[in-house]
Amino acid sequence: MQVVFEQIINGLTIGSFYALIALGYSMVYGVLKLINFAHGDFFTLGSYLGYTLLVFGSAFITTHFGLWGGMVAAMLMAAMCLAFIGVLVERAAYRPIYPAGRLPAVVSALGASIVLQNAIMVIWGPRYQAYPAKLIPNIHLNIWGINITVLQIVILVLSFVLMGILYYIIQKTVFGAAIRATALDKDTASLMGINFNKVIFFIFTLGPALGAMTGVMVGMYYRQISFTMGWNYGLKAFTATILGGIGNLPGAMFGGLILGVLEMLGAAYISAAWKDVFVFMILILVLIFRPNGLFGEKIAEKV
Amino acid sequence: MAPLLIIDDLQIHYGAIEALKGISLYLDEGEIVAVLGANGAGKTTLINAISGLLPISSGNVTLEGNRLNGIPPYEIVQKGISQSPEGRKVFSTLTVDENLNLGAYTQRKKKQEVGDAKERVFSLFPILRERRRQLSGTLSGGEQQMLAIGRALMSSPRLLLLDEPSLGLAPILVNHIFGIIREINSQGTSILLVEQNAHKALSLAHKGYVLENGVISTSGSSSELKSNRKIQEAYLGGSALKRKGNQTT
Repeated sequence: MQVVFEQIINGLTIGSFYALIALGYSMVYGVLKLINFAHGDFFTLGSYLGYTLLVFGSAFITTHFGLWGGMVAAMLMAAMCLAFIGVLVERAAYRPIYPAGRLPAVVSALGASIVLQNAIMVIWGPRYQAYPAKLIPNIHLNIWGINITVLQIVILVLSFVLMGILYYIIQKTVFGAAIRATALDKDTASLMGINFNKVIFFIFTLGPALGAMTGVMVGMYYRQISFTMGWNYGLKAFTATILGGIGNLPGAMFGGLILGVLEMLGAAYISAAWKDVFVFMILILVLIFRPNGLFGEKIAEKV
Repeated sequence: MAPLLIIDDLQIHYGAIEALKGISLYLDEGEIVAVLGANGAGKTTLINAISGLLPISSGNVTLEGNRLNGIPPYEIVQKGISQSPEGRKVFSTLTVDENLNLGAYTQRKKKQEVGDAKERVFSLFPILRERRRQLSGTLSGGEQQMLAIGRALMSSPRLLLLDEPSLGLAPILVNHIFGIIREINSQGTSILLVEQNAHKALSLAHKGYVLENGVISTSGSSSELKSNRKIQEAYLGGSALKRKGNQTT
């Protein structure tokens, strides 16, 4: 029984990584109907920036911020850098192509992904990089026989807080309603006085920023990062997006968490090597019975 | 007094196709002006060009002497023009309340004004108050039309553009909605009304323009248009009645 709970907690931890990345995919898809393949690389780039900040600023961080403060500082700085880079990529790789239609934009997104990934490789090298161990809190707890680290708890709390903030902005504020309206009908939204470019700016700062924070958390959690990891995490997060219903933000969050838990349970009880097969089989089953995803819904428009 | 809205020799193209071939019209402050015409005559094109959704090939749109050409739609709203689009276009997965709030998006910082505007909309359409927490996609067609008009009123426009408010509605609802349009006008909002239902539109409007294949073929006061034989036959059911008469004899 302990194994089940431990695996569920492990699953929720990586599931919250998937969920946070999935939000970026889902927001962009919702508004632009574009699958932003570069999003996984935003995540990787955030992770590397966090790594560099922690390595070069380790003396400064340990004296001024402490362990947890250092983690948060690295996350925030990586997030700010990626917010900037996200907007830059949108301007350079996507905006000029919108008039050409959706497919060229998808190809451009793949191109942006390759450029970012190779830029990371050129800057940081092709080998794995290790997050500085002395800067990562490593405290194990034993609660009712379940082994859990404090870092896991912090990651879970932080992820849920971030998801909660995003959920609040999108679902409860007028600006969030403007984003949802733009996703539904861009032209009618502009008749309300909503500036499409501001909505784009928002999703291309917030999505990459969330990705970058996730990247730092992944670096802390697994201790090592590689320039290709954006592909794997991106694919899983994209799967989570589809599982929850693409364009649906609560769906993306739940999709990510469910995916993480399934993956960890599959690894524990079926086979660690086959965990991805298990995950994708579930995805296929869900899509057979609910093609719009678990939370995807369609409201018939009355004419 | 100079007119509120002046459209001067307006031309609009969709690619190589000329949808509006140089039309001119004006609307005085406080007026209801009807633009009549069959499907594809260019009525929605005209409305969308005023709202800034379509690029203007040549000609001018001016509001109180200010040229609106090239101003993006989200700024046109701030100039005091708002639109209730053809086919309602309510944001179906948003609640009635959220739809109304978006109508006042440009004033969102002024809580008091937004509240007052919403009260005004609710007093015009009491059913919307009852349905305010409901997703707008679940409303009936008539309620969605009310929401679309209410949403357009939320920015407290000087000029309201109404595109086919009678489309797809039962006659009794059309009467109800046209009554409310008259009330909105009497409260001081000028209205440009685009309609296929010429009879209804002319009963409401001060004057009208008839749009045919992208040009204005006839214009005049509502009573002039109503008594114009050509208009009667083409748009007021005159010819249809005659044909029906022929069949029975």
